Amino acid sequence: MLGRIVRRLGLGLGIVFVVVTLTFILISLAPGDPARLWVGPGAGQEELTAARRALGLDHPLPLRYAAWLADFARGRWGTSIAQQRPVARVIADALPHTLVLSLSSLLVTYLFGLLIGVIQAMKRRSLLDTGLTVGTLLVYGMPAYWLAIMLVLVFAYGAARFDWPVWLQFPAMGVAGLDADFLSPWDRVADRARHLVLPLATLGAIGAAGTARFVRGSVLDVRGQEFVRTARAKGLPASAVELRHVLRNALLPVVTLLGLSLPALFSGTVFVEVIFAWPGMGRVMVDAVGARDYPIVMATTAIFAMLVVLGNLLADLLYAVADPRLRGETR
Amino acid sequence: MSGLRTLLRDRRAAAGFLVLACCGTLALLAPLVAPADPLAQQDVLATRYLAPLAESPAGVRHWLGTDAFGRDVLSRLLYGARISLAVGLLSVAVSLLVGMAVGVLAAALGGVAERTLMAATDAALAMPRIVLLLALITLWEPSLALVVLVLGFTGWMPLARLARAEVKGVLGRPFVDAARASGVGRGRLVWRHVLPNATTSVMVAAALGVGNAIMLEAGLSFLGLGIPAPAPSWGNMIASGREALVNAPWIATFPGLAVVVTVIATSLIADGARDMLDPRTREGGGAGAVS
Repeated sequence: MLGRIVRRLGLGLGIVFVVVTLTFILISLAPGDPARLWVGPGAGQEELTAARRALGLDHPLPLRYAAWLADFARGRWGTSIAQQRPVARVIADALPHTLVLSLSSLLVTYLFGLLIGVIQAMKRRSLLDTGLTVGTLLVYGMPAYWLAIMLVLVFAYGAARFDWPVWLQFPAMGVAGLDADFLSPWDRVADRARHLVLPLATLGAIGAAGTARFVRGSVLDVRGQEFVRTARAKGLPASAVELRHVLRNALLPVVTLLGLSLPALFSGTVFVEVIFAWPGMGRVMVDAVGARDYPIVMATTAIFAMLVVLGNLLADLLYAVADPRLRGETR
Repeated sequence: MSGLRTLLRDRRAAAGFLVLACCGTLALLAPLVAPADPLAQQDVLATRYLAPLAESPAGVRHWLGTDAFGRDVLSRLLYGARISLAVGLLSVAVSLLVGMAVGVLAAALGGVAERTLMAATDAALAMPRIVLLLALITLWEPSLALVVLVLGFTGWMPLARLARAEVKGVLGRPFVDAARASGVGRGRLVWRHVLPNATTSVMVAAALGVGNAIMLEAGLSFLGLGIPAPAPSWGNMIASGREALVNAPWIATFPGLAVVVTVIATSLIADGARDMLDPRTREGGGAGAVS
């Protein structure tokens, strides 16, 4: 088990290394000069040369890469060109917001996804199953940015215009209200929660719909297998068969899905953060890419890659725990 | 193709194909069926933000309303379909080409080459796709070709894994041994005997990618990184509609619905195909990797 973890960690580090190297090369090959952007269009040649030296752009590419990698590995992530703040600070400000959003939406995704999928499989071919199938397919087909806009339209603008009860009106921007600093601690928590509702609903609904579709298929798949028939034939009560034989085996692939769905979750987070002015990593990255803020782009890329690798590792371990056949194996 | 005929017997898949065919036809015939020029602006102050079904002062009916510049939303939707569908199909074609090449090579070569290729695939798979898309497209000039290439080159990994699994499954079947025994060379064996028997499920997985690619293209256009502005694409229509969300919600609503319909159609086809390719109804390996 331990050997497996170490091996996977090593592999994960390798993947992060490949990702940042590739990003570095892509950025360096791209047109557009960050020094030019920094000094502005009115600057002369001298200023430009000085800026290039200050940003370390006057060295050849392999040297720049080696220097950057050495710094990066030691945690010296440099200074943001556009914000003139240490990259580590920018990341430290943004990362918690992204983690709150993505972890809570993971929770919603799997809680509701599992629940809906299992209910559908249990009530197969009923009216409820058909309705949920249509519903999940519909939501699954929605792009996150569009669903987000529609939710804003209904629960922010619409709710205010048609005087819906206050608990059905939700803020469409930011993580906290403008008056957050003047609220009592409890009200402040409530304020934060209300701001989380629409972004969370967007990511959670789409994720849960996809998971439910997957879980339904998985449960039905397992139920058709022979060991389930055997379990029934040897006289086990239906509930025991469903819980111990069907569900347990049906949920195995869902664990793998958890690891595979992380990149998609982060994609969704990027769009949702842009729409809801959520000051997380996705927004920071979109802004940085637009401003050719290379240190920030590199750091956010690395962090996203690390999160994906960690998620995969976690899914892998969970899988090993859940599936006795893999326990103790060092594959 | 007998596979396609079997697939069309599935009601969901047939419905999906029908919807996609309608979308495709409408997109192709856009110049004939569109009620107006998608770029035409009339008297902007008089014709902007007209609600769906409203008539402009000039007596033109706008079925889906007009946008901030008085352009007909329905016409823009139809012309936008051309771009969205083209990007979806072309980028998936690129993915399919790269994925098949990597997967088949890995399976056919085996050994170190296989392990290296599959490790590279896994590394690429761990990269958050959106990060790569953003970095590539903003750093270079956004254009149709770039969007197609970037989507194509960031979407081949699952196809490569699937292709490898399928080819390996077919390689273990008796008729391959028979062909090998009768002296068929390795290249010819893979090309003539293995590939035709291993492509179906890879094609299906690729088809599912079309909806995904359309969604991503619209997303990039939405961030202002996809198809440049005056040309209509579903994504940039949603983006421009967002600015007028309160006064003219229809501008963002209809292109979004168009994306939803297209994505659902591809999912339906994929659902039908999955049942058709169900591992327990056919022989041979490679089934485990489908999920």
